[in-house]
Amino acid sequence: MEDVLEKKDIEFKTVTPNTNVTSAMIEQPKAIKIKAESVNCFFGKVHALKNISLTIPEHSVVAIIGPSGCGKSTFLRSINRMHELVPDSRITGKLTLDGSDIYAMDAVVVRKRIGMVFQKPNPFPTMSIFDNVAAGLRMNGFRDKKKITDIVEKSLHQAALWNEVKDSLSKSGVSLSVGQQQRLCIARTLAVSPEVILMDEPASALDPISTTKIEELVYELKSKYTIVIVTHNMQQAARVSDYTAFFYMGELIEVDVTKQIFTAPSKKQTEDYITGRFG
Amino acid sequence: MYGLCILSALIALIPLLLIFYHTISLGVSALNVDFFTKLPKPVGEPGGGLANAIIGTIILVGLGSIVGLPVGVFAGVYLSEFGNNKFATIIRFLTDVLNGVPSIVIGVVAYTIVVLPMKHFSAYAGGFALGILMIPIVTRTTEEMLKTVPNSYREAALALGIPQWKATLRIIIPVALGGIVTGIMLAIARAAGETAPLLFTALNNRFWHTTLDQPIASLTVFIYNYGVSPFEDWIAQAWAGALVLILLILLLSIAVRIVTRQRY
Repeated sequence: MEDVLEKKDIEFKTVTPNTNVTSAMIEQPKAIKIKAESVNCFFGKVHALKNISLTIPEHSVVAIIGPSGCGKSTFLRSINRMHELVPDSRITGKLTLDGSDIYAMDAVVVRKRIGMVFQKPNPFPTMSIFDNVAAGLRMNGFRDKKKITDIVEKSLHQAALWNEVKDSLSKSGVSLSVGQQQRLCIARTLAVSPEVILMDEPASALDPISTTKIEELVYELKSKYTIVIVTHNMQQAARVSDYTAFFYMGELIEVDVTKQIFTAPSKKQTEDYITGRFG
Repeated sequence: MYGLCILSALIALIPLLLIFYHTISLGVSALNVDFFTKLPKPVGEPGGGLANAIIGTIILVGLGSIVGLPVGVFAGVYLSEFGNNKFATIIRFLTDVLNGVPSIVIGVVAYTIVVLPMKHFSAYAGGFALGILMIPIVTRTTEEMLKTVPNSYREAALALGIPQWKATLRIIIPVALGGIVTGIMLAIARAAGETAPLLFTALNNRFWHTTLDQPIASLTVFIYNYGVSPFEDWIAQAWAGALVLILLILLLSIAVRIVTRQRY
């Protein structure tokens, strides 16, 4: 198994001598936030991720694109160890956060530092808007009420939701529109002040206006956070991201500066996908 | 098809209506203040009540709940939230088996492991038997109700860095609370209505119990004893006892619903 994987790796490097993972990322001076080295993920017998190596620089937005079932969500979920909720899952290779091994850390700590926003907004239905945002703080042992109130307000501001909900903080979180719910979920994630935010198709359930709001938000958040966003929508990837990675059939085909990927991809498969010839 | 469904629903309601009709029409005549405040009178002496049996039933169900509810709820939480393994499959199967065990068998078991070593019947033994009866009902409904909570809430909670046990306790259980409470109420209603296991454990008592270490009266055993007696006033009191039992459970259900209702 290992042999096959190594060969693939070599092949991958030799075919793309000028643009590839490392060269694209080294050009910029930002520190490396997350680094994946030869990550393989299995669900039972299904080999869902094949030898993924990728670096994610700090304070940047990395978009992951690819057709359905290509492993982009799996990769995202392996970063904060959410895939572990699936029984029978197994991962090999190395994933680091600021140089330390994610899989050697406590999963709870990993998830505090690497937050996640899901495809379908999922505010906690038994909680008010305020309590939803405060949930992460309270359940991690925060007791200072004044501080919690401040953080909730700040997070709602950051998620561009404050003006819409400031008079109804005690209302149910699920009483909001779907677009507002998603921003509530972003606020909830921001409240526990993660360093990295993973977004799994955060706008795919939303209308165009809400989508625009989320995209603007991503753009603003990048100054403070490192963002990895999985998207089906290529225009969205082009609009919001600094780097784009193209996944296909569980493999990382190509990763580069977003502009490069969308104007002059080095791989035929990437070009075919972004020009809509398949996927 | 639609008509058939309506018809079946109506047929299903008939026994319930009959029960209400009979217990009310035959029991109301024996209901009076004495019924709730006085002890049973000896044969031939008119009047008296079932105060000790009403309190006895409440105590027995209370003792049963102390045994059955925590075990049932926690087992249900385990099966739903942490039960992705063979051990859980076995527990699940055994719980279903326990659910199918006739209640009189549970009474005999409680007799063997509680009454015999203590050498006398007691409220404790009765509560123990009822508790055992309640466990599988609470376990399975708790598990089923927790399983209806969408996984996205679990994921959202974990992604915030909340430990799993805290997420389960403060986010997942509250979402399923209504259903879990329904299961608990079912178990309580079932326990309150049991006679067979009490015959072997709590026995009966025509007087006030002074400690829980003694035989204790219960409505169901009194209903049984009075119902099969040849005395008209006892039979009427048996109906009244049945009516009170139904009303007790109804009131408890309503009270619990009010206390645990969702804010949203």
